[in-house]
Amino acid sequence: MARAVVSVPSTAKRGQVIEIRTLVQHAMETGFRRTQLGEAIPRDIIRSFVCTYNGEEVFRADFHPAIAANPLMTFSMVATASGTLEFKWTGDKGFSLTESAKITVA
Amino acid sequence: MSTRRGRWLRGAIAAAGIHACLASAALAAQLAPAERRSGYEFMSAETRAMQDDDATNPAVLSLLDGEELWNRKAGAAGQACAGCHGDARASMKGVAARYPAWDAAAGRPLNLEQRINACRTGRQQAPALAYESRELLALTAYVARQSRAMPIAVAADGPAKPFLDAGRATFYRRQGQLNLACTQCHDGLWGKKLAGNTIPQAHPTGYPLYRLEWQGVGSLQRRLRNCMIGMRAEPYAYGAPEFVNLELYLMWRARGMKLETPAVRP
Amino acid sequence: MTTRRRFLTAAAGLAGGIGLASVSRRASATPAAMKDAVRKVVGTATVRQGRVKLDVPPLIDNGNSIPLSVAVTSPMTPADHVKAIHVFAERNPLPNILSVHLSPRSGRARVATRVRLADTGTVLAIAQMSDGSFWSDSAQVVVTLSTCLEEALI
Repeated sequence: MARAVVSVPSTAKRGQVIEIRTLVQHAMETGFRRTQLGEAIPRDIIRSFVCTYNGEEVFRADFHPAIAANPLMTFSMVATASGTLEFKWTGDKGFSLTESAKITVA
Repeated sequence: MSTRRGRWLRGAIAAAGIHACLASAALAAQLAPAERRSGYEFMSAETRAMQDDDATNPAVLSLLDGEELWNRKAGAAGQACAGCHGDARASMKGVAARYPAWDAAAGRPLNLEQRINACRTGRQQAPALAYESRELLALTAYVARQSRAMPIAVAADGPAKPFLDAGRATFYRRQGQLNLACTQCHDGLWGKKLAGNTIPQAHPTGYPLYRLEWQGVGSLQRRLRNCMIGMRAEPYAYGAPEFVNLELYLMWRARGMKLETPAVRP
Repeated sequence: MTTRRRFLTAAAGLAGGIGLASVSRRASATPAAMKDAVRKVVGTATVRQGRVKLDVPPLIDNGNSIPLSVAVTSPMTPADHVKAIHVFAERNPLPNILSVHLSPRSGRARVATRVRLADTGTVLAIAQMSDGSFWSDSAQVVVTLSTCLEEALI
């Protein structure tokens, strides 16, 4: 079972720009590798990463095979209100993983 | 394989080998304790930053797997590691820093993977975990993580001594089609370049670690197999006594250096 | 059946620290392929250099995982913000690496990730602004081991 790690500050001031770091377990098989017997290993990657803040999309990324294995994604966001940040990764072979974090905004 | 590059490489390695031969007698110069440097110091600043930050170190994902496995009941005994050992943060502190360690029941030193499997089969009555399996790597990494920043302190005296000597003999023995001994590069030529990469001193200060080349976590034995294949030598099988002896010697050679598990290496 | 020599040759290509490339080279993306990929994003608009800062090490430890960050100077207000950042590599089998979509809610136009580069060459970052303009920065990266085309262990 794949897992993800998200680093979100637990508290922030209203209007403060916070940095979020996410790490997800995925081999990101490029589709260009071959086994020692010459068989092509099919592409199997995460295609999309979306972050929503209290239900509203605030960040979206499209991954290609050139994103390294176990993708790291660091991005910024304005802390507006207390609530929940949801992170969702989707990809080939029906891959889907969500993670969430709470933030308190004063 | 590009034969031009292959011939160049053979020439370079042969030259290095000859140089090392001339420079020293049968036993190549050992590293002085003060001149020992972890592989960490041979990496770029960016790779070091990857290791240092738990939010971005890809091995952390394996640690989380390990923590879950530590707490998961397993085997006919229905016992989790935590059932006997409690919180790993307390009970496993310092353990990895003294492995491989003498095991009276086995009559020889065991490495951490073997020790974990001994518990699984003996105490938990669960099947042993295969080398390089996700589970064994995760558990080993999780246990070893509890010794992070502690000095490596394997015992070299007592019943383990003959095995340490055997490991040392392997380190100094020429092997493979290239007829190279580990010591020639790692004691005698560290810091110099081999085909664009800097030769490290080969201290196992961070295993299991995330290797960028593997794009995943792997054990010291996996890395040693890579070396042997690179030297065009037949690699020992996973778990072979020759490997555990060599691990013991390498950890002894790195005694006093800080454990960095889970490290990141190129 | 794999002969021992083929096995060793293939496995040697994976041996870290020894640059024995064993795989036959596939055609990698040409600069023309990257131009096409860029055109798909910007259309006929001119891409100007500036406002974008692409940070990637000039010489890397391993082409499998290279830290890369892009920062764009922008107030990130509803009137003036970065809508998207696109990253390309000239010498990868596929030129596209990443596209991120931002908004004023981002606060700061900066993203960081880790990428794979198959060969020494140019990495290009293009920022798409809310006013329809495009800005870019590029960097040269030296890759000493070819990675995307590496053979896998079975």
